[in-house]
Amino acid sequence: MATTFELISAFTVSTPANSITLSSIPNTYTDLVLLTSLRTDRADTGDNVGLRFNSSTSGYSDKRVFGYGTGVASDSGSSSFLRAGRIDAANNTSNTFSNGCFYIPNYAGSTYKSVSFDSVQEQNGSGAYDELQAGLWSNTGAITSIQLYLVDAGFLNFVANSTAYLYGVKNA
Amino acid sequence: MASTYEPIATTTISSAVANVSFSSIASTYTDLYLVIANLGTSSAGQDIFMRFNSDTGANYSVTFIYGTGSSALSSRTTNQSGVRLGYNDSYSPMFRVNIQNYSNATTYKTILSRDDATGNVAEATVGIWRSTPAINTITILAGSGNLTAGTYTLYGIKAA
Repeated sequence: MATTFELISAFTVSTPANSITLSSIPNTYTDLVLLTSLRTDRADTGDNVGLRFNSSTSGYSDKRVFGYGTGVASDSGSSSFLRAGRIDAANNTSNTFSNGCFYIPNYAGSTYKSVSFDSVQEQNGSGAYDELQAGLWSNTGAITSIQLYLVDAGFLNFVANSTAYLYGVKNA
Repeated sequence: MASTYEPIATTTISSAVANVSFSSIASTYTDLYLVIANLGTSSAGQDIFMRFNSDTGANYSVTFIYGTGSSALSSRTTNQSGVRLGYNDSYSPMFRVNIQNYSNATTYKTILSRDDATGNVAEATVGIWRSTPAINTITILAGSGNLTAGTYTLYGIKAA
């Protein structure tokens, strides 16, 4: 039987990098699952990550609900990128990386692309974000690449040992 | 090596049906995972429900948290005739549903559902079916009217 859940590509940051790109995604799977473990070197208690498909700078929207330890809120986004979570930065608890899980069904189909995204920014203190997000890329093209990058002003880099693993899921 | 994560069945619809069902589900997995992509309903703004083993009794309850883009809210419904998975906002919503320990014949069955309806909500739900039999049939339906679109895939996950 064909393998249902397969690793497509793995990216580990060895030297600080301001973006992560997963390219040449084949169209032979049904869905995609992207798992991330990220941290930045910017002197702050969090950095916001953006995600783009196929280097496209249009058609992204989302709604999210999130908690940060002392409150809960919801907001909407509509931008040149899909918001992809708030991650640990240089002033967060050391050796702590934020985790994200993106599920992208029917990524190679001819419909708009939905994205289900959960992320946690953990630290031993206040201000860590826990997010549930519904995303949409209003584009009918097949996804062939995924880019992750830092969107805050003065952003620096993803630190070494940040990782992104892309899996393909087959429904037959 | 035994396969850990297997597709059990897929149904893709492009015209109106009353529901989508997965029947004769083998008891050989540990957990089930349902993915629904690009769901559509005959009228907009429908809640989406799941039933087990064709049970239409008032045996389902849910608690859910959701964000509308301006408000973060939580709610609960009890004694319903199906477990509410989430909401169809007509913007190609997707659903992911975990059904753990589905073949255990001594416990009530719980589900974890994520609903991503970008035009309306981001939502997470925990639900319970207050019945102990092993799950052998899963039915997905709209609160009112028909399902008209979507790809519905059921996976089995083995713990060993």
